[in-house]
Amino acid sequence: MNEAASSAAYWLPVVFIGLMGLAVLVYAILDGYDLGVGILLPLGKEDEPQRDTMIASIGPFWDANETWLVLAIGLLLIAFPIAHNLVLMHLYIPAAIMLVGLILRGVAFDFRAKAAVGHKLAWDRTFKAGSIITSLAQGYMLGQYVMGFQPGWQAQLFSAVSALGVTAAYSYMGSAWLVLKTESLLQERAVRWARRAGRATLLGVVSVSTINPLVNPAVFDRWFSYPLVMFVLLIPTLCFLAFIFNDLLLARLPKANDRHSALPFTLVVTIFLMCFIGLAFSFFPDIVPGQLNIWQAASATASLKFILVGALIVVPIILIYTAFSYYVFRGKASELHYH
Amino acid sequence: MLDTLILSRIQFAANISFHILFPTITIALAWIIVFFKLRYDQTDNPVWMRAYRFWVKVFALTFALGVVSGITMSFQFGTNWPGFMARVGNIAGPLLGYEVLTAFFLEATFLGIMLFGINRVPSKVHTFSAFVVAIGTTLSAFWIIALNSWMQTPSGFELRDGVAYPESWLAIIFNASFPYRLTHMLLASGLTAAFFVAGISAYRILKGDPKRAPRLALKTGLVLAAVFIPIQIFVGDLHGLNTFKYQPQKVAAMEGVWETERGAPLLLFAIPDGEKKTNHFEIAIPKMASFILTHDLNGEIKGIEEFPNDHPPVAPVFFAFRIMVGMGILMLAVAWGGCYLLWRRKELPNWALKTLVGMTFAGWVATLAGWYVTEIGRQPWLVTGVLKTADAVTQIPPSHVGFSLTLYLLVYVILLYAYIHTLKVMALKSVKVEEFETKEPLAGGSLTNLPKSTQEQSKGESHE
Ligand code: HDD
Ligand code: HEM
Ligand code: HEM
Repeated sequence: MNEAASSAAYWLPVVFIGLMGLAVLVYAILDGYDLGVGILLPLGKEDEPQRDTMIASIGPFWDANETWLVLAIGLLLIAFPIAHNLVLMHLYIPAAIMLVGLILRGVAFDFRAKAAVGHKLAWDRTFKAGSIITSLAQGYMLGQYVMGFQPGWQAQLFSAVSALGVTAAYSYMGSAWLVLKTESLLQERAVRWARRAGRATLLGVVSVSTINPLVNPAVFDRWFSYPLVMFVLLIPTLCFLAFIFNDLLLARLPKANDRHSALPFTLVVTIFLMCFIGLAFSFFPDIVPGQLNIWQAASATASLKFILVGALIVVPIILIYTAFSYYVFRGKASELHYH
Repeated sequence: MLDTLILSRIQFAANISFHILFPTITIALAWIIVFFKLRYDQTDNPVWMRAYRFWVKVFALTFALGVVSGITMSFQFGTNWPGFMARVGNIAGPLLGYEVLTAFFLEATFLGIMLFGINRVPSKVHTFSAFVVAIGTTLSAFWIIALNSWMQTPSGFELRDGVAYPESWLAIIFNASFPYRLTHMLLASGLTAAFFVAGISAYRILKGDPKRAPRLALKTGLVLAAVFIPIQIFVGDLHGLNTFKYQPQKVAAMEGVWETERGAPLLLFAIPDGEKKTNHFEIAIPKMASFILTHDLNGEIKGIEEFPNDHPPVAPVFFAFRIMVGMGILMLAVAWGGCYLLWRRKELPNWALKTLVGMTFAGWVATLAGWYVTEIGRQPWLVTGVLKTADAVTQIPPSHVGFSLTLYLLVYVILLYAYIHTLKVMALKSVKVEEFETKEPLAGGSLTNLPKSTQEQSKGESHE
């Protein structure tokens, strides 16, 4: 290690990209399942009790889940302001659309419970629409990001595929969550959703990860240069195995005594993790692919140190009380009760 | 044509104005709710539980609107004001970061337990969750006001090539205007919530609600308002003196002083004319402005003329200031009058109840007016003396900003209508419905959207 490498200016940005990656991953998993539940919401008249249960299953969590997005964007802003500016400038319109989706979803959730009875279905529709808009917008932005914000129809096409892929992945996460948190008819329904969503997600992941190295030569070199290739191929392999295994498992669910109902969720989390590692591996240490690396984009060392101290103290505490909250709300969610 | 700068300014103003409506209620309402719960824990009187359960629903709704509009805010800096982060990001970033780390996660997580956990955790833990949510909202105000105050009166930093680098975080956070602004804002929130609670309770009583809970809530609101308002006026005065010292051009605009003068009059009304640099239709109290600001009848106040090309537009600051102070005086009259009536007659007469209903959103008007004074009064600077607003704006084409602005405005109008309408529905519903299961807070899910968890189940699990 040379001298520059051991200095704070070298390792602070690395620590912060790690923290930011963590925030993005946790966000994708947590908001992924509650967006997924929103995407899957059935809108028939007879579905109302099931809708209540589905929404009850995410009730205590959605707000904290979204806060991970605020943390991720906050870390980008704090640690890599130049990248933050560049990214958001390119993604101005989809970001605005995503925000409107998030707004609609967040408020529909509360309005549905409190509005006059007649408006409940309207808010449920809003909830579903907001979830879909948010997911599509996020997927589209991911696509744009991976393509390094190039103009042209190829990039648009890729982003469209990515939008659908992310939406499918969130539904996959959401249905796995429901398998875990619900029982009887709704659980069976969730199992069917999970199988379908799983296959759609696999399709999305495969197409995105074949196109990505084909259009980004740097990514291709990285993945397919010997000897790394041996190690690196583990990631897609594990990911693929998780898909297959989950599909087989879902075919046998639900089992007696609710056995293995938490397994699909765990498997989908594994898949998200693998995809995330894959993406991170493709681009690190670039923060805007092909344009900017983390050291070029980092902010002042003094500022990073100041916030790092806080982060190291506070993030474990956040994790502890988040765990406490999941512990409090463990077990199955049931229908809602109004008085 | 509207350019990107103007559109971005309108968009930022629209977004933050919409956002602040909800925090300004939730920050103080959180504490009021803790108060209700504590009173219930102490007295075991179910009426406090009823009050708690009604207001916690209102709180949940308001909080949700605050959260979603806040998420929009956190994208604003990057999307529309890249120059802001590029030049002062080293300071603004960590302050925003601490807000997320110490406040947002805290409030969001414990909010879940507070809203849905009532029959899943022991009563003490539940009360504690409500308390943590209140701490979280207040902490969040602390950090964001620290940032905003730093933008008004920056200190503790060093400029290198136009970029700000931190030197002392204590000096950055506790900058000159911070103590005044934070106190003034927290009191503003207290007043907003107090009138909000009193107004909605008065509405329920007017609609024939015979129960005690709304009467207790009404009293709580009125007494709070009556206590806070004189303090707010006093703090407002101190705040003004502080501004007079650090941002004299803002005070000149607030007071409508064009030329530096001794013994300046206090203008009760006027129409400032930016072209001719003078006021029309003045109604004034001689020498009062000088007296308030310098404590000397012949004290000197610097006029706008002293700050060529470096002063805010006068008229909006001037009017917004009068609206805020006017609301303050109105609040004083209503709160004290209401308390007096309540003390003499026990039950408020209808006309007084109607007045309170009319004042339900009085806090919004004063708070927005106050922020407009502060923020427009800072122009043309974004960070006083360091960064001009025009130098921070994005390069995005105006059509993009126009698109997002239209989208936001549309959503905000609908949501504001839905919010107020839903408050009305909730108030009316609570008039007719026998409120809530009150004897046993552990029994049955009676909160908003409570997942039903049977007692047996939770007991069974806790033995595992
Ligand atoms: C004085 C109070 C105050 C002010 C001036 C602001 N906020 Fe705020 N904000 C709050 C007080 C607050 C709060 C009390 O903490 C909220 C309101 C809704 C809620 O009830 O929490 C909140 C929520 C909130 C959230 C959602 C938090 C979550 O996920 O739980 C974000 C991202 C922001 N805000 C961001 C901002 C930004 C970027 C602002 C300025 C530019 C801003 N807020 C001004
Ligand atoms: C919460 C109450 C607030 C309200 C109602 C409010 C209102 C406004 C208004 C009306 C403007 C436009 C001024 C103009 O362009 O003439 C503005 C601008 C701005 N404010 Fe605030 N503000 C608030 C809080 C904050 C806070 C807490 C921050 C930062 C931490 C902030 C940062 C800014 C920025 C960056 C701009 C854009 C540049 C500008 O136009 O000056 N504001 N705000
Ligand atoms: C009646 C006497 C009042 C006085 C003398 C007063 C004074 C002031 C002054 C001088 C400012 C601008 C400070 C600056 O930007 O440098 C201000 C801002 C503000 N005022 Fe007031 N105020 C009064 C009442 C109120 C009331 C009743 C409310 C709300 C309920 C309120 C809410 C605010 C808010 C939210 C701000 C912006 C944030 C801040 O700068 O603190 N004010 N006030």
